[in-house]
Amino acid sequence: MSNIPNDLLYAKSHEWIKLDGDTFLIGITDHAQCELGDLVFAEVAAVGKVLKAGQVIGSIESVKTASDIYSPVDGEVIESNSTLGDKPEQINEDPYASWFIRIRPAQPGIPTNLLDAAGYKAMIGE
Amino acid sequence: MALQTPLYDQHLKHLGKIVEFAGFLLPVQFPTGIATEHKIVREAAGIFDVSHMGEIVIQGPGTYAFLDYLLPRDFRLIDQAITQRRALYSVMCAEDGTTIDDLLIYPLRSDRCLLVVNAANIKTDFAHIQLALTIWQKRHAPNPTAVNVTDHSAKWAQIALQGPQSLAILKTLVAQNSKQRYINAADLAVLATLKRYQFIETFDDKCLISRTGYTGEDGFECYLPPRDATPLWQMLLAAGAAPIGLGARDTLRLEAAMPLYGHELSRDITPREAGLDRFMALEKPDYIGREPLQNQPARVLIGLIAEGKVIPRADYPVLLDGQIVGHVTSGTFSPTLNQGIALALITADAAAATPISSHLMIEIRNRAEPFTRCPLPFA
Repeated sequence: MSNIPNDLLYAKSHEWIKLDGDTFLIGITDHAQCELGDLVFAEVAAVGKVLKAGQVIGSIESVKTASDIYSPVDGEVIESNSTLGDKPEQINEDPYASWFIRIRPAQPGIPTNLLDAAGYKAMIGE
Repeated sequence: MALQTPLYDQHLKHLGKIVEFAGFLLPVQFPTGIATEHKIVREAAGIFDVSHMGEIVIQGPGTYAFLDYLLPRDFRLIDQAITQRRALYSVMCAEDGTTIDDLLIYPLRSDRCLLVVNAANIKTDFAHIQLALTIWQKRHAPNPTAVNVTDHSAKWAQIALQGPQSLAILKTLVAQNSKQRYINAADLAVLATLKRYQFIETFDDKCLISRTGYTGEDGFECYLPPRDATPLWQMLLAAGAAPIGLGARDTLRLEAAMPLYGHELSRDITPREAGLDRFMALEKPDYIGREPLQNQPARVLIGLIAEGKVIPRADYPVLLDGQIVGHVTSGTFSPTLNQGIALALITADAAAATPISSHLMIEIRNRAEPFTRCPLPFA
């Protein structure tokens, strides 16, 4: 059973989203890091990048596979966690502390395509 | 419908993450993780369930005469290999010189040998061998020599024990299990003296053990009846070997620069392009693929190591002076080197222009990333 905190929102592509004032912090779920295995590479979108929902905000790689991380909303990257590139293993160790980017959404409000903890739990079949 | 190997329940018991590979359900990794499993095999010993591999038996008085036509391998010294009980690595080519499969040949008797082939290719290989046999026998009409080809894949399980501690694990196993018959004290003494590729038969010839493997480490591959796989697996675990999944099998073989069918070898790649000339007698008079294999290869397989933190993957383009000169056949993060590594097939011209320590680029996520050409094996 993976850790799915109740105070976060979740995208179907396995990102977690934390509402923080008028910005969102985005990372990958415990389930996702567990499925990927030992991460050995991480790359995060740069500050100032303007993104559409569904665009890539970062890439991670385990020994075996490469995988992209997507923005759940339109917006601008206002902070980028560059420490992940030096120590990608921290994503395995503490996925909910290992945020990738802070994004300022172009539209106010919570995107309707996100799941709550119960919804995400059901989606991954736990 | 994917098949279970005889060790499937063992993999579930050890919490292996199961994936489908070549039609079989096999563990890609255990909770220890690929990087740790990789290190265990480099530093101690691990066991792999390779029961998915195919086994084809060729028998009859014409066995090796037929193999000499079927395969590019040199069979002039086959009598020595039979006497010394030494397996041979070979490729099997199509008429166009591309590769149908790569395989191990166990010359069990003067009229009988076992071919061990890749799981994904069992049906193709079997059909190709039967067709080749028909053609070969017609040529020798009206006095064809009897040869039989049978698929024994379902009759064999296979466990690979790999790592510098492999022999020590077998010693412990024999000491801990005085009543088991897979390896008795006399077998153990012989196993300790085997050179690479040599094999012995044990357990009333129901079990075949060779000093071979797919990791670049010392080790043994043990073929045995499916019903005996679980008892032997459990004894190996108790003797101190760790279970290892397909993920580490791939990183280990890639560091050792051993080809994987479907990547470095395929119906689009000749064994000469894959750098396997030393396993072929190209000049011998009559074998399948002879004519195209006389040509100098148009492409060359090279090793590349990342200069930065990036990880190359299969099919990524390789660039030299901004031009695509080939593609990555296999790429991974090397746990030993802590760096991205790749085998890549590039044009012979590009290979000639880039000696060891030259720089080439690999396109990763739309960016050209710098790599250095390095000698093989990687580690």
